[in-house]
Amino acid sequence: MNQNTNHVESLVFQTKRLSGTTPEDLNCLHSLLKQSEEILRSESTRFASSLADLDPSKHSLGYLYILEACTAGTISKELANELVLSVARFINECDAEQIRLAPEKFISLCKRFKDQVMQLESPMRGVAPLLTAIRKVQSSPEQLTTLHPDFLLLCLLAKCYKTGLCILEDDVFEVDQPKDFFLYCYYGGMICIGQKRYRKALELLHNVVTAPMSSMNAIAVEAYKKYILVSLIHLGQFSTSFPKYTSSVAQRGLKNFSQPYIDLMNCYGNGKISELEAFVEENRDKFEHDHNLGLVKQVVSSMYKRNIQRLTQTYLTLSLQDIANTVQLNSPKEAELHVLQMIQDGEIYATINQKDGMVRFLEDPEQYKTCEMIERIDSSIQKIMTLSKKLTAIDEHISCDPQYLGKAGRERQRLEFDDFDSVPQKFNM
Amino acid sequence: MDGDDEASAQMIDEIYANGGDDTRPHRPIIINGEQLDVEAYAALYTGRTKIRRLLFIADHCDVVSMQLEALRMAYDEVKKGENTHLFREVVQKIEGRLGHGYGPDPVWSEAVERRAEQRKEKLENELNAYRTNLIKESIRMGYNDFGDFYYAHGALGDAFKNYVRTRDYCTTSKHIIHMCLNAILVSIEMGQFTHVSSYVGKAEQSPDALDPITVAKLRAAGGLALLEAKKYKLAARKFLETSHELGNNYSEVIAPQDIATYGGLCALASFDRAELKSKVIDNLNFRNFLELVPEVRELIHDFYSSHYASCLDYLGNLKANLLLDIHLHDHVETLYNDIRHKALIQYTHPFVSVDLRMMANAFKTSVPGLEKELEALITDNQIQARIDSHNKILYARHADQRNATFQRALQTGSEFDRDVRSMLLRASLIKHDYNLKSSRKF
Repeated sequence: MNQNTNHVESLVFQTKRLSGTTPEDLNCLHSLLKQSEEILRSESTRFASSLADLDPSKHSLGYLYILEACTAGTISKELANELVLSVARFINECDAEQIRLAPEKFISLCKRFKDQVMQLESPMRGVAPLLTAIRKVQSSPEQLTTLHPDFLLLCLLAKCYKTGLCILEDDVFEVDQPKDFFLYCYYGGMICIGQKRYRKALELLHNVVTAPMSSMNAIAVEAYKKYILVSLIHLGQFSTSFPKYTSSVAQRGLKNFSQPYIDLMNCYGNGKISELEAFVEENRDKFEHDHNLGLVKQVVSSMYKRNIQRLTQTYLTLSLQDIANTVQLNSPKEAELHVLQMIQDGEIYATINQKDGMVRFLEDPEQYKTCEMIERIDSSIQKIMTLSKKLTAIDEHISCDPQYLGKAGRERQRLEFDDFDSVPQKFNM
Repeated sequence: MDGDDEASAQMIDEIYANGGDDTRPHRPIIINGEQLDVEAYAALYTGRTKIRRLLFIADHCDVVSMQLEALRMAYDEVKKGENTHLFREVVQKIEGRLGHGYGPDPVWSEAVERRAEQRKEKLENELNAYRTNLIKESIRMGYNDFGDFYYAHGALGDAFKNYVRTRDYCTTSKHIIHMCLNAILVSIEMGQFTHVSSYVGKAEQSPDALDPITVAKLRAAGGLALLEAKKYKLAARKFLETSHELGNNYSEVIAPQDIATYGGLCALASFDRAELKSKVIDNLNFRNFLELVPEVRELIHDFYSSHYASCLDYLGNLKANLLLDIHLHDHVETLYNDIRHKALIQYTHPFVSVDLRMMANAFKTSVPGLEKELEALITDNQIQARIDSHNKILYARHADQRNATFQRALQTGSEFDRDVRSMLLRASLIKHDYNLKSSRKF
């Protein structure tokens, strides 16, 4: 017992001594901490009291190990509140350099923190700390961490869509865990839908649907359902054929799991609003069960818009009565409201003459002559240039990758020298 | 041609009337719903097709007197032949409505069947004798006789089989042509138009020069097959290539009047203006056919000189009769729609703005109806224009190339951006998977 007390004290002392000086000291401390993981776990209560002695911003590594050990067991409701507070404080103050030495500990701490916040049913409290945690733990903004999906989930639960968007705006290129990626894209898609940023949402959901996968998963199925609905809302159409890079599992299986949605799409294609409404009413339970009824309702209302937009292609002027008739609205008044809303949203260009109830459709006034437009074009060009540089760099990187060369080289050998005894095959690995 | 000269003299008036002047006294407009002269029609054909065509008219015509007329002629015709099967069909359709002379004639049919039985036996014996002697030419003749026999008795499938069997015993290209023509004839009767086109192809590959009548026959049959396959443009070309030598030589399949009608309508529905002028109107050979059916000639000329109202009038008048045509009836609606769309598109083409009321007048339709038709065509992107529904004017729409280019460039850019990013992501995932696997191995 006494020995253990000593041990605790010495460990805290070492932490204080070795923190924040040179990288060698930190490495030394890290190995020391790794060795004493067992004692940390068994004596977690004793260590908890010593936390007050440590400064989270200076002694981050030691603090992290101790805090992680403290949260390992089951935690009572009363304690949870306190724990959430202290972890949030630690995340805010800790030193990014130090915690990146033990990312797995940090991530496990953050995960437990998320669970606690969820248990306390106040996801809002977790949003800001997790955002900070992501920023601290990732080495570049292009890296997808395991914390991304957790953060987005909390944003969704707390309805802080805007905060979620700031993470989604970073382009992610480095992915470790496929599951993280699937969840990240799925939750991200939902946040974008919440903010009505359908283009981005489509992009994210598209990534899930077309991602390489060796077996069917529920995330992809749900994403596919939402993908269909958002496509209909945003583009007014959906093609059931997959791009050729889609995994064969997805190509074969996804449609079977989302039959009502495929039917909905076919119904939408007919352009008959009454049929669509009847179909939605008929399959209400299924959509409700998937929590997609809200989106389905948006699909229905988007059909009015689509039909009005189609009229702008063919007519220069059209009376509100005629619009109401062709779009199957009940009254000219209703048609006026729809047209007005669409003009406001910039979806069509038109003027309404209330005197004789005529709508005059105009051409897109954009002339591509303004400074803003030129800036926009320029920025778009710049963006693509950076992207294509990146592409070249990655291409070069892959062509130098020994694993790739080993595989590619072996295949070429097989093609060229049929009877060549390929002894050095193993070396290439 | 008188009609044309007068038409050009009238041009100035008609520009103002937009071709919509429907009280032109000098134009011989056929009276609407003029009944088909069954007798004259039937006289154009011989053999089995005559009976089939008459029966088709009887089946699809609402006028009882015409039905009975057709049935009566079919009865007379079928009695000249030996097809008892068809005879029974005709009698059943008549249902005794034509009196005693047109009842089921058991004595006649029994006699025919008995004779047929004897003939068949005789043919079989002959064929067996030829086969044992292994004389190629005789075997061919034997099979051919069998084919003729079955054809005459209405067993088309067997007839086809026997005609095709002669192929192995053909020694000259003439024989092959003969075989092909027989096969084509039977397949047309059976409605097997894929066979028709394949045998037309075989006959055309013949190394020796074919005589002009045979060529014309093959063109006509090929045209029929393409028409049946709904390839109207190709069908039109085939019919237009059919040489005038065909005359009445192919009356067991098609009359020269039909060539004019089928070719003319298909050409109208599928050719553009320049092609119509060079391949139909200036086609000396086809003009000979058109002379036989002045209505079709007139309507093609009207279409070309933009007298759409009169053109559509002619079409409307012809429609009832065309629906009674055994080959064309299925395609009349499609062809008519295509021709109407072509006319609408051609009408709007040269103008910057068109008054819908005048246009509706020219096409003999109401303004709202015309609006709907135009709407469909604009949605299909066949007419580049927009409708001013308030003032009832159609304005041509000239796409702004510059804006469209900008828009497309921006869109392509963002699509590229999106695609590359998702591709990199997938690459990253695949790489990760690969890493996992290889690390597991060692």
